[in-house]
Amino acid sequence: MAEKVLMKGNEAIAEAAIMAGCRHYFGYPITPQTEIAAYMAKRMPKIGGCFLQAESEIAAINMVYGAASAGVRVMTSSSSPGISLKGEGLSYMAGSDLPALVINVQRGGPGLGGIQPSQSDYFQSTRGGGHGDYHMIILAPASVQEMASLTFKGFDLAEKYRMTAMILADGTMGQMMEPVSLEMGEINEHDKSWAVTGTKMARKHNIINSLSLIPEELEQQNFDRYARYKKVEENEVMYEEYLMDDAEICIVAFGIAARVSRNAINEARAQGIKVGMIRPITLWPFPKDALDKAADTCKAFISVELSMGQMIEDVQLATKCRRPVTLCNRAGGMIPSPEEVLQAIKEAKGGLE
Amino acid sequence: MAIVFEKPKALANVPLHYCPGCTHGIIHRLVAEAIDALGIEGTTVGVAPVGCSVMAYNYFNCDMVEAAHGRAPAVATGLKRAMPENIIFTYQGDGDLASIGMAETVHAATRNENITVIFVNNAIYGMTGGQMAPTSLPGQVTQTSPYGRDVKHCGWPVKVCEMLAQLEGPEYLERVAVNNVKNIRNAKRAIQKAFENQINNKGFSLIEVISSCPTNWGMTPQKALQWIDDNMIPYYPLGVYKDRSAEQEKA
Repeated sequence: MAEKVLMKGNEAIAEAAIMAGCRHYFGYPITPQTEIAAYMAKRMPKIGGCFLQAESEIAAINMVYGAASAGVRVMTSSSSPGISLKGEGLSYMAGSDLPALVINVQRGGPGLGGIQPSQSDYFQSTRGGGHGDYHMIILAPASVQEMASLTFKGFDLAEKYRMTAMILADGTMGQMMEPVSLEMGEINEHDKSWAVTGTKMARKHNIINSLSLIPEELEQQNFDRYARYKKVEENEVMYEEYLMDDAEICIVAFGIAARVSRNAINEARAQGIKVGMIRPITLWPFPKDALDKAADTCKAFISVELSMGQMIEDVQLATKCRRPVTLCNRAGGMIPSPEEVLQAIKEAKGGLE
Repeated sequence: MAIVFEKPKALANVPLHYCPGCTHGIIHRLVAEAIDALGIEGTTVGVAPVGCSVMAYNYFNCDMVEAAHGRAPAVATGLKRAMPENIIFTYQGDGDLASIGMAETVHAATRNENITVIFVNNAIYGMTGGQMAPTSLPGQVTQTSPYGRDVKHCGWPVKVCEMLAQLEGPEYLERVAVNNVKNIRNAKRAIQKAFENQINNKGFSLIEVISSCPTNWGMTPQKALQWIDDNMIPYYPLGVYKDRSAEQEKA
């Protein structure tokens, strides 16, 4: 069995990124993710990497854009208000088909909001966040172990599909400590012939660009990009089922909300209620088929979220509104208690009788 | 027969989209000549801005990146940090560099980022049809200052070289012009020096090139070149604003 070390979620992300071959980090301080930058600032100079504190989140994401153009593994991390600032760069990276990993350790919003955990950037991240038609691969860890393993995987997916991958964590995931195994496996090599590393006078120049003034060409680029996205939807959906075999009520929750829900499910089961959970690990692509299949047998769904209800729309879409979907939520940095989730389960159960 | 004039090799053999009389063509040529002279085309990566020279990525034979508006120095920073052995330059206009990208410009300069910045100052937003730029002169008539730039209402033009010269960081800052043969020859020397500085790991070099925009200034190309002498250069004096290596040699 692999040796485990006790780590903070944010530090697990940073170390896993280094293990994934990331040697370039650009960021701007913001709570509650600053441990990632601090870790990188300490480690990068010792391993021949580059940690650079940018003048703003806007500059940081554009430094990521530059380094990604060179074909190296690069990442930035921030929290909700900072991710909004990165929106422009994320859109340009999508338009230029550049791979990178972005970490969002979410805090409550909107505006400056607070610094406590939240999941209210679900719409922003799963729908793109910046302007134009695009997606990012959104990975939602629910443990410090997954903070590490999804970071490692995120780099691979980003390069495989030439798109941005994002770890959508929250303040709890970032701050809590758990044992974690850092055995990550091999780094896959992906084609980088598109990178701007200098022509060496041996090939035609490469151009990294998102401008296309001819609508027919721009449309075709969008078609091609979405053909790639379709492959991601076909191949990369990840989710975890918990006690779903005989479930008549299905909780859908990710991240810290899934951890709380698990406790509530155990208590409900002890009281004889057949409830289970589908925990999306990829929020985009969303585990649509798994939820659709669950709707064949489950009679009610509960979306447990740290937001005013965002993922619930995807649950309704995936189940084609065949079953009632209720919301169990807290917002603004508050976390639903297991008792609150249990209450929601009981209400859903009551609705079935 | 001896060839006395030919296209620089680093300049792509494609038609440029610039307006008749625009001096972007001259500046492109000077950059390409410097790349040729230093033999660095194969290791150079250029960063194009948003503005009139947005399509510069098609015009140079080296690898190119198109940046978001104003972000070229940050993109160049990412490129240079990822590939310290490569030569990285940005090519930016006044709106890009001195308005929306001011933070990126100042911080790349203060970090003494080892890149070369070609800053084309024609005192107007050309691509969008002639709006007031951060460098438009007091009283200058543009689409968004139709009664002339009123400094009481919208402030004063930004003097980029003078401002950056206050920083400890940058290695080299020079303002040149391309409105006559003498100035063009001097601009060529300055641009080449800005690339040489990077090769010698000296750090951030910015060459501000006073340029013309006959279309949006509403002048003939010839009159626009004269307008540079009469109005631009008096406000934006040519010369070296910072040359750390030369200062150190003197000291």
